[in-house]
Amino acid sequence: MTTAVETIRDEPLTIGGRTFQSRLMVGTGKYPDMDTMMRAIEASGAEVVTVAVRRVNLDRSKETSVLHFLDPKRIFLLANTAGCYTAADAMRYARLAREAGFNDFVKLEVIGDEETLLPDVAGLLEAAKVLVQEGFKVLAYTNEDLVTALRLEDAGCAAVMPLASPIGSGLGLLNPFSVRTIKRRLHVPVIVDAGVGTASDACVTMEQGVDGILMNTAIAAAQDPVAMAQAMRLATIAGRAAYLAGRMPKREVAMPSSPIKGMLDS
Amino acid sequence: MDVVINGEPRRVTPGASLLDVLGQLQLDPRAVVVEHNRRIVRRPALGDVKVNEGDAIELVHFVGGG
Repeated sequence: MTTAVETIRDEPLTIGGRTFQSRLMVGTGKYPDMDTMMRAIEASGAEVVTVAVRRVNLDRSKETSVLHFLDPKRIFLLANTAGCYTAADAMRYARLAREAGFNDFVKLEVIGDEETLLPDVAGLLEAAKVLVQEGFKVLAYTNEDLVTALRLEDAGCAAVMPLASPIGSGLGLLNPFSVRTIKRRLHVPVIVDAGVGTASDACVTMEQGVDGILMNTAIAAAQDPVAMAQAMRLATIAGRAAYLAGRMPKREVAMPSSPIKGMLDS
Repeated sequence: MDVVINGEPRRVTPGASLLDVLGQLQLDPRAVVVEHNRRIVRRPALGDVKVNEGDAIELVHFVGGG
């Protein structure tokens, strides 16, 4: 199958000095089983895959970590600080993740509200500043507020990750204007993280011109995660291609596509 | 000797190092990150750090997440 990507010129995505061909990043949570997860990651074409830091289960010491399945030589492991509600906790998790020895990147989350899982931007900025000083490449999960995004860039974040809509909601891109504005004003990559529900959401998100998209539940909670991962791969490519192609202007009135000259007399 | 590992009370051999504790739990030191009383202990130092009564030890690894 020929895809539009072969006819467009695009640059690879570079974050914190690392270059990636795929603009789609995927999570590893909530899959029905590890085999489905592995096939979905493969189908998504993602090179960056997120993981979480949690306690080892002591009563099942043979229980395998996600690293038993993911090959860190083939994929780029991006540890998150999901579940952290304070800057101190998020920094603690980031430091533990770095000690695992794969890279110094962290997807920094400081959550401020249990119902919406919306970020605590004050805590986020505080943690981002410290972690950047400690040499981390910080990818900051934030809301769609431009000023916060600018502050995160000033703090030295390697990428800023505004949400499309709340984590796991599947509501799609609720505020395209704000996300577009963030992309226009920032110099570091803008990766939309969270809220995508289906392929059209991914496509519309990429059409805003953002550098990439990260999703987990939309793939993992689909009826067929592997097929949805493939759909998301194509939608991300399609949205990026449409952005680069430059869409036609919108009009409030119709304009005929066929000539108005040469019509027969009535 | 009583310590707390991942929030659970546990018995370990008196004089044990962190590496010994991992051995008792049948955990591969390459597969976990160790925090001892809130301080990360790097892998090469695990055999040098002795565990004391009441210490808090956290053993973490990567799991699926978004």
